[in-house]
Amino acid sequence: MIYLDYQATTPLAPEALAAMMPWLAGPDATGFANPHSAHPIGRSAWAAVELAREQVAALLPAGGRVIFTSGATEAINLAILGRHPRRIAYSAIEHSAVKAAAAASGAQVDVIPVNADGLVDAGTKVKPGTDLVAVMQVNNEIGTIQPIAALAEAAHAAGALLLCDAVQGAGKIGAAKGADLIAVTAHKLYGPKGIGALWIRDGVELEPLIHGGGQEDGLRSGTLSPALCAGFGAAAAVSLERQEADAAHVAVLWHKAREALALWHLNGSASARWHGNLNVRRDGLDVARLMSDLRDIAFSAGSSCASESGKPSQVLTALGLDRAQIKSSIRIGFGRYSTEAEIAAASVALNDAATAQGT
Amino acid sequence: MGTLNESAALYRNCSPESNVPAMIADSLYLDHAATTPLLPEAQAEMARGFALWANPSSPHRAGRAAKAALEDARARIARALDWPGEVIFTSGASEALAIACSCCRLPLVAASAVEHEAVLRHAEAATRLGVDTIGRIDPADSRLTGLIAVQQVNSETGVIQPLEAITAAAHGAGGLLLADCAQSAGKIALADADLIAISAHKFGGPIGIGALLVRDFTMIVPSGGQERGYRGGTENLPGALGMAAALEVGSGWVDRATTLRQGLDAEILASGGAIIAAEAARLPTIAAYRMPGVTAAVQLIRLDALGIAVSAGSACSSGSLRPSHVLAAMGLGATDASQVIRVSIGRETTSAQIDRFLAAWREIAAARQVAA
Repeated sequence: MIYLDYQATTPLAPEALAAMMPWLAGPDATGFANPHSAHPIGRSAWAAVELAREQVAALLPAGGRVIFTSGATEAINLAILGRHPRRIAYSAIEHSAVKAAAAASGAQVDVIPVNADGLVDAGTKVKPGTDLVAVMQVNNEIGTIQPIAALAEAAHAAGALLLCDAVQGAGKIGAAKGADLIAVTAHKLYGPKGIGALWIRDGVELEPLIHGGGQEDGLRSGTLSPALCAGFGAAAAVSLERQEADAAHVAVLWHKAREALALWHLNGSASARWHGNLNVRRDGLDVARLMSDLRDIAFSAGSSCASESGKPSQVLTALGLDRAQIKSSIRIGFGRYSTEAEIAAASVALNDAATAQGT
Repeated sequence: MGTLNESAALYRNCSPESNVPAMIADSLYLDHAATTPLLPEAQAEMARGFALWANPSSPHRAGRAAKAALEDARARIARALDWPGEVIFTSGASEALAIACSCCRLPLVAASAVEHEAVLRHAEAATRLGVDTIGRIDPADSRLTGLIAVQQVNSETGVIQPLEAITAAAHGAGGLLLADCAQSAGKIALADADLIAISAHKFGGPIGIGALLVRDFTMIVPSGGQERGYRGGTENLPGALGMAAALEVGSGWVDRATTLRQGLDAEILASGGAIIAAEAARLPTIAAYRMPGVTAAVQLIRLDALGIAVSAGSACSSGSLRPSHVLAAMGLGATDASQVIRVSIGRETTSAQIDRFLAAWREIAAARQVAA
């Protein structure tokens, strides 16, 4: 199988798995403790959690703190519902977690449009009375990189905070500067599933959603998993160390793939993008048939979360694509462990299958 | 994709002992109610889960394989618990309780006074159901129309609530029962309740995964996302598989814990200690003991120096050493309550370990008497 769905999830890095193992040991070892226990093995587990927190914080701006959550969805829910916004503005291409949490908050919603390249205008003005602006750093379907710093300024000028969903950007490009709240998840940066974090700028107040033992400064109760924290921390550390190398690697792959798929149209900006994503379409293509023809290549049509709903991609709709164009689009995602040979083989297979469809 | 095989090999070869300070290697752990070691069966299933790393919501073959494993884990958990209803995976019991309290179709109208903070913080406007001196609520008090939260087992004392009668009373009044089963699931028969919160790491599964069990989906309001719209977020498949495997190992060991705890109770009494809620039905793995004249803080420090890990109250609040709301609800005075520690037994606990603990307990108690 050729795995080309790195925006859905990434393989667990060996370094992350190795960091997790001491904390998944059985009774004969001492790595199993509850990190909130006061006894020595509890404190040793807590030290692992705190080390991981520092490693994750290194991906994020200075002047804030990292609160561990079960993933980005929970982090986004905490950021939005924990602020009780009355008016929220988000870009038309946000992940459904942002849209659903905003709807659940009962806030009045303003949608910030994107242009045909899938980019929010850096000169966007935020309406007075807005409490919270949510714009993602890197889009999960088309890979476009948004002008977060400029949008944070616009949010602040209107007295609002900026929430940045940095799920696809964290560890891959620099921190989302200017944001007040940043949501990240481990499994998109070669860490384990089941853990993420919300970065909170110092001075920003939130109300918790999950009550209980009062862990994470009272902002998120529940026993923390030293294994998941350590895996996240190690994955973050490797991502930081390899940031330039990983980016250069996917840039090479992206240009190879773009060249090989020259007959396909690119969705989203060619330049303001994360090169681990390539969203392309071929007019008249039946994507469902393409996927069933190419069972040994794992790619997707739109985000995996929405893949079961059968609804046309809201991201591609926001770009101005019509329904037929959306239904003929595919998302290819690659990363650290993808090879040029895999990209070449997949491109040939995609081209052949598309040609066989007469497109 | 050579990574997968490399990862699996690494998983097998990695020494669990690495990174763990040698000084704590021979510690005696009697804090299994805080968390208990991961079972080898759970670890093996997690290894399988790490290899199935695709997103379970992805439509391609790798994603569908992950999804199939997730659904398999869900079915195995229901079967192991003999639960006829639905299983919604969460990050743990706190999140399961938060979903139950905020998404139930009926408002939370009452909670027992001895619930975990995870429930009480959602129940600030709800009626508190008081407990008697041995920690039990009166089932008659739960004749209420609405959601009623009563735990199956208390995490600090081990007291088991008469949930069958409580649920019957709630149902009689048109109410629903939410049972926090974090301490009981996988150890004793699951409570008779409508909504149930469980946490894997209390029964030998991994930390970071739990579930909300609902008798049927009509009892809660969907919030969108995965888990059929009842919980958003990419699923933690290794966690779900580890949880299923841990439950399947079974609870046969609890009988042994019963014997160990009986002996421990008798010796503590004979040595001048007191057992909290001695007359109540209690989970065999948890006991709360009072050492007259010695604060829990001092007991913990002395036991710690002897390499013994226990706790005062629950792990979540053990950093604070705040007075226990559980003991206060049972009518224990502040001074008496401050002298109580929790001892909790696990699958691997031996009678030699219990003897070691008892020797230490007696030594600390004797030192106090000499000082006095």
